[in-house]
Amino acid sequence: MFYSRRSFLHRLTSGLLVSALGLLQPLAAAAAKWNRAAFEAGKVEAAIAAVGASDASPSDNIVIKAPEIAENGAQVPIEITSNIPGTEAILIFSDKNVQPYVGTFEFKNGAEPFIATRIKMGDTSNLRAYVRANGKYYVKVREVKVTIGGCGA
Amino acid sequence: MMTMSKRVVWKIAAALLLAGLVHASNADPQGDRQHIIEYFAQRFPEVQLEDYIYGAMITNADARAQYEQIMEFPPFMNDIDAGRKIWETPFRNGKRFADCFPNGGRNVAGNYPYYDEKVDRVITFEMALNRCLKDNGEPEMAYGQREPMGVLTAYARTLSDSMRLNIRVDSPGARAKYEAGKDLFYRRIGQLNAACAGCHLYNAGNIMRMEIISPVLGHATHWPIFRGGEELMTFQGRFNRCMEQMRAAPYGYNSEEWNNLEYFLSYLSNGLVVKSSVFRK
Amino acid sequence: MRVRLNGDVAEIRALLEHPMETGLRKDPATDELIPLHFIKTVIVKLNGKPVLETEWAQAMARNPYIQFRVRGAKPDDEVTIEWEDNEGQHSEASAKVPPPE
Repeated sequence: MFYSRRSFLHRLTSGLLVSALGLLQPLAAAAAKWNRAAFEAGKVEAAIAAVGASDASPSDNIVIKAPEIAENGAQVPIEITSNIPGTEAILIFSDKNVQPYVGTFEFKNGAEPFIATRIKMGDTSNLRAYVRANGKYYVKVREVKVTIGGCGA
Repeated sequence: MMTMSKRVVWKIAAALLLAGLVHASNADPQGDRQHIIEYFAQRFPEVQLEDYIYGAMITNADARAQYEQIMEFPPFMNDIDAGRKIWETPFRNGKRFADCFPNGGRNVAGNYPYYDEKVDRVITFEMALNRCLKDNGEPEMAYGQREPMGVLTAYARTLSDSMRLNIRVDSPGARAKYEAGKDLFYRRIGQLNAACAGCHLYNAGNIMRMEIISPVLGHATHWPIFRGGEELMTFQGRFNRCMEQMRAAPYGYNSEEWNNLEYFLSYLSNGLVVKSSVFRK
Repeated sequence: MRVRLNGDVAEIRALLEHPMETGLRKDPATDELIPLHFIKTVIVKLNGKPVLETEWAQAMARNPYIQFRVRGAKPDDEVTIEWEDNEGQHSEASAKVPPPE
Protein backbone atom coordinates (compact mmCIF):
# COMPACT_ATOMS: atom_id res chain seq x y z
CA MET A 1 0.00 0.00 0.00
CA PHE A 2 1.58 3.24 -1.07
CA TYR A 3 0.06 5.58 1.47
CA SER A 4 0.31 4.58 5.09
CA ARG A 5 -3.00 3.77 6.70
CA ARG A 6 -2.72 6.89 8.84
CA SER A 7 -2.45 9.26 5.91
CA PHE A 8 -5.21 7.36 4.06
CA LEU A 9 -7.60 7.94 6.93
CA HIS A 10 -6.43 11.53 7.16
CA ARG A 11 -7.46 12.02 3.59
CA LEU A 12 -10.91 10.52 4.08
CA THR A 13 -11.61 12.44 7.23
CA SER A 14 -10.23 15.75 6.03
CA GLY A 15 -12.72 15.82 3.19
CA LEU A 16 -10.24 16.24 0.37
CA LEU A 17 -11.33 14.98 -3.01
CA VAL A 18 -8.03 13.27 -3.72
CA SER A 19 -8.61 9.53 -3.67
CA ALA A 20 -5.89 7.18 -2.54
CA LEU A 21 -7.09 4.73 -5.17
CA GLY A 22 -6.45 7.26 -7.91
CA LEU A 23 -9.98 6.97 -9.27
CA LEU A 24 -10.71 10.66 -8.92
CA GLN A 25 -8.45 13.35 -10.28
CA PRO A 26 -7.81 16.32 -7.98
CA LEU A 27 -9.70 19.38 -9.10
CA ALA A 28 -6.73 21.70 -8.82
CA ALA A 29 -5.08 22.20 -12.19
CA ALA A 30 -1.75 22.37 -10.41
CA ALA A 31 -1.85 18.59 -9.81
CA ALA A 32 1.02 17.60 -12.06
CA LYS A 33 1.30 14.04 -13.38
CA TRP A 34 2.86 11.50 -11.10
CA ASN A 35 3.50 7.92 -12.14
CA ARG A 36 2.26 6.00 -9.15
CA ALA A 37 2.72 2.57 -10.73
CA ALA A 38 6.38 3.30 -11.40
CA PHE A 39 7.03 4.72 -7.93
CA GLU A 40 5.34 1.80 -6.22
CA ALA A 41 7.08 -0.93 -8.17
CA GLY A 42 9.33 -3.03 -5.98
CA LYS A 43 11.41 -4.50 -8.79
CA VAL A 44 13.43 -2.32 -11.10
CA GLU A 45 12.23 -4.12 -14.28
CA ALA A 46 8.63 -3.40 -13.33
CA ALA A 47 9.45 0.24 -12.57
CA ILE A 48 11.16 0.65 -15.92
CA ALA A 49 8.22 -0.99 -17.66
CA ALA A 50 5.84 1.34 -15.87
CA VAL A 51 7.56 4.38 -17.37
CA GLY A 52 7.61 2.70 -20.78
CA ALA A 53 11.39 2.41 -21.07
CA SER A 54 11.81 -1.36 -21.24
CA ASP A 55 13.27 -1.25 -24.76
CA ALA A 56 15.82 1.48 -24.05
CA SER A 57 19.07 1.36 -26.03
CA PRO A 58 22.31 1.56 -24.08
CA SER A 59 24.11 4.82 -24.79
CA ASP A 60 27.50 6.28 -23.96
CA ASN A 61 26.11 9.72 -24.74
CA ILE A 62 24.73 9.74 -21.23
CA VAL A 63 27.33 10.70 -18.65
CA ILE A 64 26.88 9.74 -15.02
CA LYS A 65 29.04 11.34 -12.38
CA ALA A 66 28.56 9.44 -9.13
CA PRO A 67 30.73 8.26 -6.26
CA GLU A 68 32.55 4.97 -6.43
CA ILE A 69 31.69 4.43 -2.79
CA ALA A 70 28.93 6.60 -1.38
CA GLU A 71 29.98 8.25 1.88
CA ASN A 72 26.42 8.14 3.11
CA GLY A 73 23.60 6.35 1.33
CA ALA A 74 21.14 9.02 2.40
CA GLN A 75 22.96 11.82 0.55
CA VAL A 76 24.52 10.48 -2.66
CA PRO A 77 25.54 13.34 -4.96
CA ILE A 78 25.06 12.54 -8.64
CA GLU A 79 25.25 14.46 -11.90
CA ILE A 80 23.73 13.28 -15.15
CA THR A 81 24.41 14.86 -18.52
CA SER A 82 22.71 13.82 -21.72
CA ASN A 83 24.47 14.52 -25.00
CA ILE A 84 21.64 12.92 -26.97
CA PRO A 85 19.96 15.44 -29.28
CA GLY A 86 16.30 16.10 -28.52
CA THR A 87 16.58 15.09 -24.86
CA GLU A 88 13.26 15.68 -23.09
CA ALA A 89 13.83 14.02 -19.73
CA ILE A 90 16.24 12.17 -17.47
CA LEU A 91 14.87 9.34 -15.32
CA ILE A 92 16.75 7.79 -12.41
CA PHE A 93 16.55 4.31 -10.92
CA SER A 94 18.50 2.70 -8.08
CA ASP A 95 18.05 -1.03 -8.42
CA LYS A 96 18.30 -2.08 -4.81
CA ASN A 97 16.08 0.63 -3.33
CA VAL A 98 12.86 -0.74 -1.84
CA GLN A 99 11.17 1.19 -4.64
CA PRO A 100 13.80 1.55 -7.38
CA TYR A 101 12.24 4.43 -9.33
CA VAL A 102 13.85 7.58 -7.91
CA GLY A 103 12.32 10.21 -10.17
CA THR A 104 12.18 12.11 -13.41
CA PHE A 105 13.52 15.51 -14.46
CA GLU A 106 11.91 17.06 -17.57
CA PHE A 107 13.65 19.85 -19.44
CA LYS A 108 11.72 22.51 -21.36
CA ASN A 109 12.02 25.95 -22.89
CA GLY A 110 15.79 26.18 -23.00
CA ALA A 111 16.73 24.04 -20.01
CA GLU A 112 19.86 22.02 -20.76
CA PRO A 113 19.71 18.22 -20.37
CA PHE A 114 21.79 18.18 -17.21
CA ILE A 115 20.93 17.68 -13.56
CA ALA A 116 22.97 17.57 -10.36
CA THR A 117 21.13 16.33 -7.32
CA ARG A 118 21.36 14.05 -4.27
CA ILE A 119 19.49 10.79 -3.86
CA LYS A 120 19.13 7.95 -1.39
CA MET A 121 20.61 4.59 -2.22
CA GLY A 122 19.80 1.77 0.16
CA ASP A 123 22.58 -0.60 -0.81
CA THR A 124 25.38 -1.18 -3.29
CA SER A 125 23.50 -1.15 -6.53
CA ASN A 126 23.24 -0.18 -10.15
CA LEU A 127 22.37 3.43 -10.67
CA ARG A 128 20.49 3.81 -13.95
CA ALA A 129 20.10 7.02 -15.91
CA TYR A 130 17.46 6.83 -18.60
CA VAL A 131 17.06 9.57 -21.18
CA ARG A 132 13.90 10.14 -23.18
CA ALA A 133 14.75 11.88 -26.45
CA ASN A 134 12.24 12.35 -29.26
CA GLY A 135 10.02 9.76 -27.60
CA LYS A 136 12.70 7.04 -27.46
CA TYR A 137 14.59 5.80 -24.43
CA TYR A 138 18.31 5.39 -23.89
CA VAL A 139 20.13 4.16 -20.80
CA LYS A 140 23.43 4.27 -19.01
CA VAL A 141 24.18 2.14 -15.96
CA ARG A 142 26.82 2.58 -13.32
CA GLU A 143 27.43 0.74 -10.06
CA VAL A 144 27.62 2.74 -6.84
CA LYS A 145 28.88 1.03 -3.69
CA VAL A 146 27.14 1.86 -0.46
CA THR A 147 28.76 0.70 2.77
CA ILE A 148 27.69 0.64 6.37
CA GLY A 149 30.43 2.27 8.32
CA GLY A 150 31.57 1.76 11.90
CA CYS A 151 32.88 4.96 13.45
CA GLY A 152 33.34 7.72 10.90
CA ALA A 153 34.85 11.05 11.92
CA MET B 1 40.79 -3.76 0.79
CA MET B 2 43.93 -2.66 2.59
CA THR B 3 46.30 -5.25 4.05
CA MET B 4 49.20 -4.45 6.34
CA SER B 5 52.26 -4.67 4.08
CA LYS B 6 55.66 -5.07 5.64
CA ARG B 7 56.44 -1.48 4.79
CA VAL B 8 53.41 -0.28 6.65
CA VAL B 9 54.33 -2.39 9.68
CA TRP B 10 57.80 -0.84 9.75
CA LYS B 11 56.30 2.61 9.32
CA ILE B 12 54.01 2.05 12.26
CA ALA B 13 56.86 0.67 14.37
CA ALA B 14 58.92 3.74 13.55
CA ALA B 15 55.98 5.95 14.33
CA LEU B 16 55.47 4.25 17.68
CA LEU B 17 59.09 4.88 18.51
CA LEU B 18 58.87 8.49 17.45
CA ALA B 19 55.62 9.06 19.26
CA GLY B 20 57.00 7.32 22.32
CA LEU B 21 59.89 9.71 22.26
CA VAL B 22 57.49 12.61 21.95
CA HIS B 23 55.58 11.48 24.97
CA ALA B 24 58.57 10.73 27.12
CA SER B 25 60.77 13.59 26.07
CA ASN B 26 59.03 16.45 27.89
CA ALA B 27 59.22 18.48 24.70
CA ASP B 28 57.35 21.75 24.89
CA PRO B 29 54.05 22.22 23.05
CA GLN B 30 55.82 23.67 20.01
CA GLY B 31 58.09 20.65 19.93
CA ASP B 32 55.13 18.31 20.27
CA ARG B 33 53.35 19.95 17.39
CA GLN B 34 56.46 19.90 15.24
CA HIS B 35 56.97 16.18 15.89
CA ILE B 36 53.35 15.42 14.95
CA ILE B 37 53.66 17.41 11.73
CA GLU B 38 56.89 15.65 10.80
CA TYR B 39 55.40 12.27 11.67
CA PHE B 40 52.45 12.81 9.36
CA ALA B 41 54.64 14.27 6.63
CA GLN B 42 56.46 10.94 6.65
CA ARG B 43 53.26 8.88 6.76
CA PHE B 44 51.54 10.82 3.99
CA PRO B 45 54.20 12.50 1.89
CA GLU B 46 51.69 13.45 -0.81
CA VAL B 47 49.30 15.31 1.53
CA GLN B 48 49.68 19.07 1.98
CA LEU B 49 49.64 20.32 5.56
CA GLU B 50 46.64 22.55 4.79
CA ASP B 51 44.59 19.53 3.72
CA TYR B 52 44.60 17.89 7.14
CA ILE B 53 41.40 19.77 7.87
CA TYR B 54 39.69 17.16 5.67
CA GLY B 55 40.36 14.36 8.14
CA ALA B 56 39.85 10.84 6.83
CA MET B 57 39.30 12.23 3.35
CA ILE B 58 42.97 13.14 2.84
CA THR B 59 43.61 9.72 1.32
CA ASN B 60 40.20 9.36 -0.34
CA ALA B 61 39.53 11.54 -3.38
CA ASP B 62 36.15 9.88 -3.97
CA ALA B 63 34.98 10.94 -0.49
CA ARG B 64 36.44 14.41 -0.93
CA ALA B 65 34.55 14.94 -4.21
CA GLN B 66 31.27 14.03 -2.51
CA TYR B 67 32.10 16.36 0.37
CA GLU B 68 32.74 19.25 -2.01
CA GLN B 69 29.47 18.73 -3.87
CA ILE B 70 27.50 18.54 -0.66
CA MET B 71 29.27 21.54 0.89
CA GLU B 72 28.33 23.77 -2.06
CA PHE B 73 24.78 23.63 -0.78
CA PRO B 74 24.70 21.67 2.46
CA PRO B 75 21.44 19.96 3.46
CA PHE B 76 21.83 21.35 6.98
CA MET B 77 21.60 25.00 5.93
CA ASN B 78 18.36 25.37 7.87
CA ASP B 79 20.11 24.29 11.08
CA ILE B 80 22.77 26.95 10.57
CA ASP B 81 19.99 29.41 9.93
CA ALA B 82 18.31 28.45 13.19
CA GLY B 83 21.63 29.21 14.87
CA ARG B 84 21.84 32.56 13.15
CA LYS B 85 18.46 33.52 14.55
CA ILE B 86 19.62 32.72 18.08
CA TRP B 87 22.84 34.65 17.55
CA GLU B 88 21.03 37.72 16.24
CA THR B 89 18.12 37.84 18.66
CA PRO B 90 18.67 40.55 21.30
CA PHE B 91 18.68 39.65 24.99
CA ARG B 92 16.11 41.22 27.25
CA ASN B 93 18.57 44.02 28.01
CA GLY B 94 18.91 44.81 24.31
CA LYS B 95 22.43 43.44 23.89
CA ARG B 96 23.38 40.53 21.64
CA PHE B 97 25.99 37.78 21.49
CA ALA B 98 28.01 39.90 19.08
CA ASP B 99 28.53 42.49 21.82
CA CYS B 100 30.37 39.96 23.98
CA PHE B 101 33.17 39.34 21.51
CA PRO B 102 35.71 41.48 19.68
CA ASN B 103 34.87 42.16 16.03
CA GLY B 104 31.22 41.35 16.61
CA GLY B 105 32.21 37.69 16.98
CA ARG B 106 34.03 37.45 13.65
CA ASN B 107 37.35 35.63 13.63
CA VAL B 108 37.31 34.75 17.31
CA ALA B 109 36.48 31.03 17.49
CA GLY B 110 40.01 30.07 16.42
CA ASN B 111 41.34 31.54 19.64
CA TYR B 112 39.42 28.99 21.70
CA PRO B 113 39.99 27.17 23.91
CA TYR B 114 42.21 29.49 25.94
CA TYR B 115 43.51 29.30 29.47
CA ASP B 116 42.02 31.73 31.99
CA GLU B 117 44.54 32.48 34.78
CA LYS B 118 41.93 34.03 37.03
CA VAL B 119 39.92 30.85 37.35
CA ASP B 120 42.68 28.38 36.46
CA ARG B 121 40.51 26.76 33.80
CA VAL B 122 40.43 26.16 30.10
CA ILE B 123 37.63 28.17 28.52
CA THR B 124 35.94 26.78 25.42
CA PHE B 125 33.95 28.76 22.86
CA GLU B 126 30.77 27.21 24.26
CA MET B 127 31.71 28.38 27.76
CA ALA B 128 32.30 31.86 26.37
CA LEU B 129 28.82 31.86 24.83
CA ASN B 130 27.37 30.90 28.20
CA ARG B 131 29.44 33.56 29.96
CA CYS B 132 27.92 36.06 27.57
CA LEU B 133 24.42 34.91 28.48
CA LYS B 134 25.20 34.99 32.19
CA ASP B 135 26.76 38.46 31.99
CA ASN B 136 23.60 39.70 30.34
CA GLY B 137 21.17 38.19 32.78
CA GLU B 138 20.07 35.36 30.52
CA PRO B 139 19.87 31.66 31.41
CA GLU B 140 22.81 29.57 30.24
CA MET B 141 22.44 26.83 27.65
CA ALA B 142 23.03 23.17 28.44
CA TYR B 143 26.24 21.77 26.99
CA GLY B 144 25.78 18.98 24.49
CA GLN B 145 22.22 19.74 23.48
CA ARG B 146 21.47 20.10 19.80
CA GLU B 147 19.26 23.09 20.53
CA PRO B 148 20.01 25.76 21.36
CA MET B 149 23.76 25.36 22.01
CA GLY B 150 24.52 23.04 19.09
CA VAL B 151 22.83 25.04 16.35
CA LEU B 152 24.07 28.31 17.86
CA THR B 153 27.66 27.14 17.52
CA ALA B 154 26.87 25.75 14.05
CA TYR B 155 26.33 29.36 13.05
CA ALA B 156 28.56 31.31 15.44
CA ARG B 157 31.65 29.28 14.57
CA THR B 158 31.19 29.98 10.85
CA LEU B 159 31.84 33.65 11.59
CA SER B 160 35.43 32.57 12.12
CA ASP B 161 35.76 30.42 9.00
CA SER B 162 39.08 30.88 7.21
CA MET B 163 40.87 32.10 10.32
CA ARG B 164 43.77 29.95 11.46
CA LEU B 165 43.68 28.19 14.81
CA ASN B 166 45.60 30.31 17.26
CA ILE B 167 45.78 28.52 20.59
CA ARG B 168 48.15 29.94 23.20
CA VAL B 169 49.94 27.96 25.87
CA ASP B 170 52.06 30.64 27.45
CA SER B 171 52.02 30.25 31.20
CA PRO B 172 52.74 27.48 33.69
CA GLY B 173 49.04 27.21 34.45
CA ALA B 174 48.22 26.86 30.78
CA ARG B 175 50.98 24.34 30.32
CA ALA B 176 49.56 22.20 33.10
CA LYS B 177 46.19 22.02 31.33
CA TYR B 178 47.88 21.31 28.03
CA GLU B 179 49.83 18.45 29.62
CA ALA B 180 46.66 17.08 31.21
CA GLY B 181 44.99 16.99 27.80
CA LYS B 182 48.06 15.43 26.22
CA ASP B 183 48.19 12.80 28.93
CA LEU B 184 44.59 11.85 28.23
CA PHE B 185 45.32 11.59 24.50
CA TYR B 186 48.00 8.98 25.10
CA ARG B 187 46.29 7.13 27.94
CA ARG B 188 44.80 3.68 27.39
CA ILE B 189 41.19 3.51 28.49
CA GLY B 190 38.13 1.32 28.53
CA GLN B 191 37.50 -2.34 27.93
CA LEU B 192 39.31 -2.16 24.60
CA ASN B 193 42.35 -0.69 26.37
CA ALA B 194 42.70 1.82 23.56
CA ALA B 195 44.31 5.25 23.54
CA CYS B 196 43.28 8.07 21.23
CA ALA B 197 46.85 8.06 19.96
CA GLY B 198 46.61 4.37 19.14
CA CYS B 199 44.17 5.09 16.34
CA HIS B 200 44.53 8.73 15.42
CA LEU B 201 48.28 8.89 15.52
CA TYR B 202 49.75 5.43 15.01
CA ASN B 203 46.97 4.13 12.73
CA ALA B 204 45.70 7.20 10.95
CA GLY B 205 44.94 6.31 7.34
CA ASN B 206 44.45 2.65 8.16
CA ILE B 207 41.05 1.02 8.18
CA MET B 208 39.18 0.03 11.31
CA ARG B 209 35.56 -1.14 11.32
CA MET B 210 35.41 -0.39 7.58
CA GLU B 211 36.34 3.26 8.13
CA ILE B 212 39.52 5.14 7.39
CA ILE B 213 40.92 6.48 10.67
CA SER B 214 41.36 10.24 10.61
CA PRO B 215 44.68 11.82 11.68
CA VAL B 216 44.79 13.85 14.90
CA LEU B 217 46.45 16.66 12.96
CA GLY B 218 43.56 18.79 11.76
CA HIS B 219 40.99 17.22 14.10
CA ALA B 220 40.20 20.43 15.95
CA THR B 221 39.53 22.57 12.87
CA HIS B 222 36.12 21.49 11.61
CA TRP B 223 33.29 21.46 14.14
CA PRO B 224 30.45 20.92 14.50
CA ILE B 225 30.00 18.23 11.89
CA PHE B 226 26.72 17.04 10.46
CA ARG B 227 26.87 13.26 10.21
CA GLY B 228 25.01 12.15 7.09
CA GLY B 229 24.23 15.83 6.60
CA GLU B 230 21.79 15.62 9.49
CA GLU B 231 23.16 14.61 12.91
CA LEU B 232 24.84 17.61 14.54
CA MET B 233 27.91 16.56 16.47
CA THR B 234 30.37 18.79 18.31
CA PHE B 235 34.03 18.02 19.00
CA GLN B 236 33.25 16.95 22.55
CA GLY B 237 30.27 15.04 21.28
CA ARG B 238 32.71 13.06 19.20
CA PHE B 239 34.93 12.47 22.25
CA ASN B 240 31.91 11.03 24.06
CA ARG B 241 30.88 8.82 21.14
CA CYS B 242 34.39 7.58 20.55
CA MET B 243 34.94 6.81 24.21
CA GLU B 244 31.70 4.80 24.23
CA GLN B 245 32.93 2.93 21.18
CA MET B 246 36.08 2.07 23.13
CA ARG B 247 33.77 0.69 25.82
CA ALA B 248 34.49 3.31 28.42
CA ALA B 249 32.12 5.61 30.25
CA PRO B 250 32.62 9.02 28.64
CA TYR B 251 33.70 12.02 30.71
CA GLY B 252 30.83 14.17 29.49
CA TYR B 253 30.29 17.57 27.91
CA ASN B 254 32.23 20.42 29.50
CA SER B 255 34.14 18.12 31.85
CA GLU B 256 37.62 19.26 32.87
CA GLU B 257 38.98 16.23 31.01
CA TRP B 258 37.29 17.12 27.72
CA ASN B 259 38.08 20.80 27.98
CA ASN B 260 41.76 20.03 28.58
CA LEU B 261 41.79 17.48 25.75
CA GLU B 262 40.16 19.99 23.41
CA TYR B 263 42.82 22.52 24.46
CA PHE B 264 45.66 20.10 23.67
CA LEU B 265 44.16 18.94 20.36
CA SER B 266 43.43 22.48 19.24
CA TYR B 267 47.02 23.50 19.93
CA LEU B 268 48.26 20.61 17.76
CA SER B 269 46.24 22.04 14.87
CA ASN B 270 47.52 25.59 15.29
CA GLY B 271 48.01 27.35 11.99
CA LEU B 272 45.44 25.23 10.16
CA VAL B 273 42.38 26.91 8.70
CA VAL B 274 39.09 26.64 10.56
CA LYS B 275 35.97 25.58 8.66
CA SER B 276 32.85 24.92 10.70
CA SER B 277 29.57 23.12 10.13
CA VAL B 278 30.77 20.55 7.66
CA PHE B 279 29.39 17.33 6.20
CA ARG B 280 30.71 14.00 7.32
CA LYS B 281 29.49 10.52 6.40
CA MET C 1 18.28 29.45 -4.28
CA ARG C 2 21.33 30.83 -6.06
CA VAL C 3 21.26 31.94 -9.68
CA ARG C 4 24.30 32.86 -11.75
CA LEU C 5 24.40 34.08 -15.33
CA ASN C 6 27.14 33.12 -17.78
CA GLY C 7 26.40 34.63 -21.16
CA ASP C 8 22.76 33.71 -21.66
CA VAL C 9 22.88 30.58 -19.54
CA ALA C 10 21.41 30.81 -16.07
CA GLU C 11 22.77 28.29 -13.62
CA ILE C 12 20.15 27.64 -10.95
CA ARG C 13 20.95 25.88 -7.69
CA ALA C 14 18.48 25.34 -4.90
CA LEU C 15 18.04 23.45 -1.68
CA LEU C 16 14.42 22.61 -0.97
CA GLU C 17 13.64 22.27 2.70
CA HIS C 18 11.73 19.01 3.24
CA PRO C 19 12.22 15.94 5.46
CA MET C 20 11.59 13.50 2.57
CA GLU C 21 10.60 10.76 4.98
CA THR C 22 10.75 7.20 3.68
CA GLY C 23 8.17 5.83 6.07
CA LEU C 24 10.86 3.46 7.37
CA ARG C 25 12.31 5.65 10.11
CA LYS C 26 11.23 5.48 13.72
CA ASP C 27 10.68 8.56 15.82
CA PRO C 28 13.13 8.01 18.71
CA ALA C 29 10.78 9.73 21.13
CA THR C 30 7.69 7.63 20.41
CA ASP C 31 9.25 4.56 18.76
CA GLU C 32 6.61 4.88 16.03
CA LEU C 33 7.27 4.94 12.31
CA ILE C 34 7.36 8.43 10.85
CA PRO C 35 4.93 8.36 7.92
CA LEU C 36 5.93 8.78 4.29
CA HIS C 37 6.27 12.47 3.56
CA PHE C 38 7.95 13.68 0.41
CA ILE C 39 7.89 16.20 -2.39
CA LYS C 40 6.03 14.78 -5.40
CA THR C 41 6.44 17.48 -7.99
CA VAL C 42 8.68 20.46 -8.52
CA ILE C 43 8.11 23.07 -11.21
CA VAL C 44 10.75 25.66 -11.95
CA LYS C 45 9.75 28.55 -14.19
CA LEU C 46 11.70 31.27 -15.92
CA ASN C 47 9.50 34.31 -16.49
CA GLY C 48 6.44 32.17 -16.05
CA LYS C 49 7.50 29.44 -18.52
CA PRO C 50 8.25 25.99 -17.11
CA VAL C 51 11.88 24.99 -17.59
CA LEU C 52 12.22 22.06 -15.17
CA GLU C 53 9.47 19.72 -14.03
CA THR C 54 10.05 16.77 -11.77
CA GLU C 55 8.26 13.69 -10.49
CA TRP C 56 9.80 12.65 -7.19
CA ALA C 57 9.23 10.32 -4.28
CA GLN C 58 10.95 9.41 -1.02
CA ALA C 59 14.25 8.34 -2.62
CA MET C 60 15.28 11.93 -3.17
CA ALA C 61 17.58 13.00 -0.33
CA ARG C 62 16.37 14.94 2.69
CA ASN C 63 16.40 18.67 1.95
CA PRO C 64 16.80 17.83 -1.71
CA TYR C 65 19.24 19.71 -3.90
CA ILE C 66 18.85 20.57 -7.57
CA GLN C 67 21.28 22.21 -9.96
CA PHE C 68 20.58 22.75 -13.64
CA ARG C 69 21.01 25.31 -16.43
CA VAL C 70 18.68 27.26 -18.71
CA ARG C 71 19.64 28.95 -21.99
CA GLY C 72 18.09 32.18 -23.08
CA ALA C 73 18.13 33.92 -19.71
CA LYS C 74 18.74 37.63 -19.14
CA PRO C 75 19.39 39.75 -16.04
CA ASP C 76 16.21 40.49 -14.08
CA ASP C 77 14.41 37.43 -15.39
CA GLU C 78 12.41 35.84 -12.63
CA VAL C 79 13.02 32.26 -11.50
CA THR C 80 10.31 30.62 -9.43
CA ILE C 81 10.41 27.22 -7.79
CA GLU C 82 7.16 25.62 -6.65
CA TRP C 83 6.77 22.23 -5.09
CA GLU C 84 3.91 20.08 -3.86
CA ASP C 85 4.21 17.12 -1.52
CA ASN C 86 2.20 13.98 -0.87
CA GLU C 87 0.25 15.70 1.90
CA GLY C 88 -0.86 18.47 -0.41
CA GLN C 89 1.52 21.02 1.09
CA HIS C 90 2.95 23.62 -1.27
CA SER C 91 5.88 25.95 -1.22
CA GLU C 92 7.15 28.62 -3.53
CA ALA C 93 10.31 30.67 -3.78
CA SER C 94 11.57 33.11 -6.34
CA ALA C 95 14.74 34.96 -7.30
CA LYS C 96 15.92 37.26 -10.03
CA VAL C 97 18.64 36.43 -12.49
CA PRO C 98 21.57 38.69 -11.57
CA PRO C 99 23.86 40.50 -14.02
CA PRO C 100 26.32 38.23 -15.81
CA GLU C 101 29.56 37.18 -14.09
